[in-house]
Amino acid sequence: MFVLVEMVDTVRIPPWNFDRQLNEAMAEELNKKLANKVVYNVGLCICLYDITKLEDSYIFPGDGASHTKVHFRYVVFHPFLDEILTGKIKYCSQEGVHVTMGFFDDILIPPESLQQPAKFDEAEQVWVWEYETDEGGHDLYMDQGEEIRFRVADQVFVDTSPTGPAVAASDAEGKKEAPYTLIVRIIQTN
Amino acid sequence: MTCYSLFSQTDQFVTFTFFFFTAQVFKLLIDLKEQRKDGGKSKHSAGQQNLNTIMYETLKYLSKTPSSRQSPEIVKEFLTTMMPHKLTKAEKLQLLNHRPQTAVEIQLMVEESEERLSEEQIEELIQTISDHLPGDPEQEKAAAETDEGGGQS
Repeated sequence: MFVLVEMVDTVRIPPWNFDRQLNEAMAEELNKKLANKVVYNVGLCICLYDITKLEDSYIFPGDGASHTKVHFRYVVFHPFLDEILTGKIKYCSQEGVHVTMGFFDDILIPPESLQQPAKFDEAEQVWVWEYETDEGGHDLYMDQGEEIRFRVADQVFVDTSPTGPAVAASDAEGKKEAPYTLIVRIIQTN
Repeated sequence: MTCYSLFSQTDQFVTFTFFFFTAQVFKLLIDLKEQRKDGGKSKHSAGQQNLNTIMYETLKYLSKTPSSRQSPEIVKEFLTTMMPHKLTKAEKLQLLNHRPQTAVEIQLMVEESEERLSEEQIEELIQTISDHLPGDPEQEKAAAETDEGGGQS
């Protein structure tokens, strides 16, 4: 579920934090920058694990703050392919069933990956699995809040960095896309 | 953002990062929470809100999984016991995260389990998991109560 990613970055410590221990100030800045954020092609950053190397700090003309290059390891949520996870159903839509894990929301079960045959009930906005047994047909509703086990099939990273002014003007609507989405398959259990 | 991941720039991303056991993440977050409790004013500043949110949600999620009851010693002991079964790291990770109690669950987590493990080995695996990894105390209490009820009648 989680991986440790080694990263390098230059951290800026403002002068009013010079009285603090360098490590502590670094850790706070790194967490401020990365915690609960998605790094493109890496995953959802959770928290700092440790700092492996601190290079020399520099002060540049015009800015009273110190700049330090830091090598550190960060705990990142990045499930591997085919990993089994549990989550709760958030809501259903035409695109499929949206599942949440609390700390990570953008998990989607596309209609093809649901147990077949499945149909979308427009009135109740819920996906239904109709299965036939010897006794007759049964309907299993994908209700909100239900716990569900799924297997990771694919992951999609979208670069949501701000675009330049020319593009922004034409793109008036500005659709909000999730930077990191997991496409998953429901697990068939009896 | 000037930060870059050493590995996302190469195609070998997956081979360089290594799986971090969920139990370790749980312990890390608990320790961090304790540390921040003593910190006082800094944790409420605007910048720390993201860290607070992700810590709270992740702890909430993990506290309901078997990983929350696995100390580093338990994980180490479990992995040592698992060595003869020759499972991949990913498979052992999933066994730790989910603590399967039935053969069906084991077959989901272990690839080609019919070819690699005989029925006795699967039973042995279930027993090892049950012995080494602590279960959910509430679940076990409920199971014990229903057993007692059945025994009496």
